[in-house]
Amino acid sequence: MSATTRKITIEPVTRVEGHGKVTILLDEHGQVSQARLHIVEFRGFERFIQGRPYWEVPVLVQRLCGICPVSHHLAAAKAMDGIVGADTLTPTAEKIRRLMHYAQIFQSHALHFFHLASPDLLFGFDADPAVRNVRGVAKKHPELAVQGVMMRKFGQEIIKATSGKKIHGTGAIPGGVNKSLSIEERDPFLNDVDQMLAWCRSALQIAKDYTVKHLGELADFGSVDSNHVSLVRGDGAMDLYHGNLRAIGPDGQKIFDHVNYQKYFDYISEEVKPWSYMKFPFISALGPETGWYRVGPLARLNTCDFIGTPEAEAARQEFKALTRGKPNNITMAYHWARMIELLHACEKIKELLNDPDLQGTDRVTTGERRGESVGLIEAPRGTLFHHYRVDKNDQVTMANLIVSTTHNNTPMNLAVTDVAKKFISGTTITEGLLNRVEVVIRAYDPCLSCATHALGQMPLVVELMTPCGQLIDRKFST
Amino acid sequence: MRKKKKDITILVIGYGNVARLDDGLGPAFAARIQTLKLTDVTADSKSQLTVEDAVTIAQLDYVLFADASVNGPEPFELKALKVPHRGRLGFSTHNLSPAALLGLTRELFGSAPKAYLLQIRGHVFNDFGDKLSKRARANLDAAVEHLTPLLQTGFRHCLDHPPKNASPSLSESS
Repeated sequence: MSATTRKITIEPVTRVEGHGKVTILLDEHGQVSQARLHIVEFRGFERFIQGRPYWEVPVLVQRLCGICPVSHHLAAAKAMDGIVGADTLTPTAEKIRRLMHYAQIFQSHALHFFHLASPDLLFGFDADPAVRNVRGVAKKHPELAVQGVMMRKFGQEIIKATSGKKIHGTGAIPGGVNKSLSIEERDPFLNDVDQMLAWCRSALQIAKDYTVKHLGELADFGSVDSNHVSLVRGDGAMDLYHGNLRAIGPDGQKIFDHVNYQKYFDYISEEVKPWSYMKFPFISALGPETGWYRVGPLARLNTCDFIGTPEAEAARQEFKALTRGKPNNITMAYHWARMIELLHACEKIKELLNDPDLQGTDRVTTGERRGESVGLIEAPRGTLFHHYRVDKNDQVTMANLIVSTTHNNTPMNLAVTDVAKKFISGTTITEGLLNRVEVVIRAYDPCLSCATHALGQMPLVVELMTPCGQLIDRKFST
Repeated sequence: MRKKKKDITILVIGYGNVARLDDGLGPAFAARIQTLKLTDVTADSKSQLTVEDAVTIAQLDYVLFADASVNGPEPFELKALKVPHRGRLGFSTHNLSPAALLGLTRELFGSAPKAYLLQIRGHVFNDFGDKLSKRARANLDAAVEHLTPLLQTGFRHCLDHPPKNASPSLSESS
């Protein structure tokens, strides 16, 4: 190792879902020259799926992740709808799936905000680590910590009622769903949903107030002008379950719009880099240098024209007013955007619970069999792509998954580098400084456990390089 | 919200990955207990313990966590769990240890139920499948036989009356 170069490793990154590692390279002046978010897990799931019958896939893929199995379940089911030719689901099937999905969004966003992110927001980045955690929240703001688990439970119970199990359910099947929601199953949720709405409003207020109050600091904290990608409904509304792909640039100009996601590969490409298991997606027309983009709550707030539920739409208008209608590129605004979506999801849950189609019995439809199909869904952390080919024997011959955290790979690395450059230098590394790096990663709510699946990539390698790019050390993980 | 002592309610939570052979011992135990329909005893199965389980167990008197053991004693081990004063919650919100869950429950709701951890020894984990190995099934049978009377008596005699057989050990753990 060079005598003038130091490497700082933060491992593991705490309060993100999964395992990650950040490497920061300092130059001879003690300044950050580069920072990278590494992924230390390896899944190889796309290869596991090959050879399995297509109807198993919506259940199998949930093993990708114990955090957002519902998103994988539904994205795979949507893809398999295409395989069985079910282009339009029955109203009961679509609404049951939507209820399941909004419950997943609801519980995931609530848990992230109250238990993972709120310690940073409530106590500040420099607070004692012994306090800056969910235990600290439970002690100082017990009502918030309790709300977090109560909201999580509410969402999980809806997932259980619609999919059969809280984790790794079987409700969505190719062409529809295998169960409806009875009145008896529905009523407890109707009894609780107004309380959930009230807690959503409170959480939104916290996130909004925090962002506005600290705007000066946050605007320059890991923020980067970026492209944004998400599904939007045909009329431009936010739609977390289904729609067409839209991409906008940093100033809001449309890069592509109304794109049928069955042809996503004509618009999105993936780059492989030797130092990470995760791929680096980019908008093909722009190339890898400028075509990277963000997904997730911030991107969805930026790409949609409106939100179709009244309270969330009012919140969206406040959110957009902050940037005078232009896209919001403040990374820490992810939290505010996430809470707007939390409220939207809860409004949709209430709307769906009152819909008698949930008790319908016409649950499955089929059509002309196809050999290839893509399923897309807006998962809590961002757009989730499932792409499959199935042979005449009903076996999967190809699977390609692009998960939310993978889309955000480049912007997360840029955010880490930006924060590291601003806050870490010299020889004194404090917990507060290190935590700022983690804070900016947490804003994206990455789920690192399901983002690594590119079987055939190099094993994890840590390279130590001089500022001019000369390799001076290399370590392989085992 | 908590029930009176005379209304003792026991929840058995069997957790583990049922698609990884003997790792499914915990859910298998919960399923067996559920079929017995014991008074005041309910059973649930999960892949992992998660934070919202705190809401559920906060209302209970007793919880029995059932898990598979990779290298514990045969045929099973039964531990009385202490609520940790402080400790790590674990790395992720979707995978907590029983002790961490108890600690979180007390921090959020002011108290936690009395809890026991049953670890049933498994032998085959490194493959996919939903069948238990022959030795794991035998250990499961032994665990069900031993725990059923304890569950029926609301665990009142658990600590005072350790198992007759030497191998199913009873200890305290936090």
